[in-house]
Amino acid sequence: MQSIDLATTPLREMNATLQAQAAQTNATQWEILNPRGSHSIAVGLDAPIEVTVRGSTGYYCAGMNKQATVHVAGSAGPGVAENMMSGTVIIDGDASQYAGATGRGGLLVIRGNAASRCGISMKGIDIVVQGSIGHMSAFMGQAGNLVVCGDAGEALGDSLYEARLFVRGSVKSLGADCIEKEMRPEHLEILRDLLARAGVDAQPEEFRRYGSARKLYNFDIDNAAAY
Amino acid sequence: MCGIVGLFLKDKALEPQLGAMLTEMLVTMTDRGPDSAGIAIYGAHDAGQAKLTVQSDRPEADFATLADDLGTALGTEVTLRRKDTHAVLDLPAAQTTEARAKLGDLRPGLRVMSDGETIEIYKEVGLPKDVAQRFALSSMTGTHGIGHTRMATESAVTTDGAHPFSTGADQCLVHNGSLSNHNNWRRRLKREGLRIESANDTEVGAAYLTWKMQNGASLGDALEGALDDLDGFFTFVVGTRDGFGVVRDPIACKPAVMAETDQYVAFGSEYRALVNLPGIESARVWEPEPATVYFWKH
Repeated sequence: MQSIDLATTPLREMNATLQAQAAQTNATQWEILNPRGSHSIAVGLDAPIEVTVRGSTGYYCAGMNKQATVHVAGSAGPGVAENMMSGTVIIDGDASQYAGATGRGGLLVIRGNAASRCGISMKGIDIVVQGSIGHMSAFMGQAGNLVVCGDAGEALGDSLYEARLFVRGSVKSLGADCIEKEMRPEHLEILRDLLARAGVDAQPEEFRRYGSARKLYNFDIDNAAAY
Repeated sequence: MCGIVGLFLKDKALEPQLGAMLTEMLVTMTDRGPDSAGIAIYGAHDAGQAKLTVQSDRPEADFATLADDLGTALGTEVTLRRKDTHAVLDLPAAQTTEARAKLGDLRPGLRVMSDGETIEIYKEVGLPKDVAQRFALSSMTGTHGIGHTRMATESAVTTDGAHPFSTGADQCLVHNGSLSNHNNWRRRLKREGLRIESANDTEVGAAYLTWKMQNGASLGDALEGALDDLDGFFTFVVGTRDGFGVVRDPIACKPAVMAETDQYVAFGSEYRALVNLPGIESARVWEPEPATVYFWKH
């Protein structure tokens, strides 16, 4: 295991080192010590390496991740795994606002709770939250899956496109154009796979599915009341 | 963007280190607010006495004979403790209002930062580490304190525009965000007799809370009222003589992290501000919920 101590190594040097790893690197295991809430830890990675951050992080940890697995052994600040393309990001604690925002692929697992705007404008990322999520989550979500084992806050899925939302607990309120939908066998399969990949012990049948009513995609005068 | 830090001590053994802990937290938040910095600290007090913290752009001239001049005008003993551009005047609590009026006559250029039994406010334009050094903040002791690093939006980068704002005895407010209905509230609160001296939105927020508490509201009730009446973005941290409160607007886009142990309650705009606090590894760390009032009392 390669170790980088942020108490002695500048943040940019740490990121440059991780970003320089090639696809065939032998140095596949990394740990980051003393993150102490620093911003932009392990961002822009593009190699199948595993990075463990031993502590809590500040803004934008694991942003734009490709291929890599980033594991935060602590909590994460705002914008964790923002615009992730592929790979896996796991947060042992809680995540602050807009976790997984605009993500295009990969899997984000949050073992604790996520704050507001989780998965905002998600475009293909899969997000599994073991706790609860805050308000305005999955706002304008276009693709991908958001799985919430706890409760969801206000205005879930506002102005939603085709992201799928699965919530086990209560939903405080649904946003404009977001409705509860039938859980069909194919959805149970998607959910079963996501829960297994996230290592979450829950039954797909316990969840409800929410999605877009598809009334706000294009302006239609008949839907004026829904805007 | 601005940075907020706050520390409310439960363990008296930490009181000698309050200034040092708060200063370290404040300096960590420099890149959230490099324009100006300020701190409100609640320290010791003598029964029956009050403290007026004043600021001057010409401290040598203004402070030289101020204690004697004010003492003569009030017919009582006044002592002065100078710290750079600020000075703390110690005088009988019953004469605070009169003292404020006399100060206006004696030294028209003087700004009153705060008055009260325990509060002292120090704030200036400049990098937080420089502001902290000028006032020797790290040597200060007390029961609780609040600090702010400012990146200005709603009013000019001046001493008057720096936080904390104090609009009532032993009360102060710091703010990350911007209020959008402050002009209406400024007019209304001035009609109600509140003292609002700058064009800053946060000062209106402070005056709003003072007004609520003057009318019998607890700190918690006043903060609940702010959620209904103040429009805009805000993460507020508030201090009173024996209390410490936090509230975020319902949208809650301005960041906030809190930590609590048996020894303290701490607030930071970011977790970075809290990492050097004793026992932080085992503290309960959480993000305050939107539109939810939190407050602690000694």
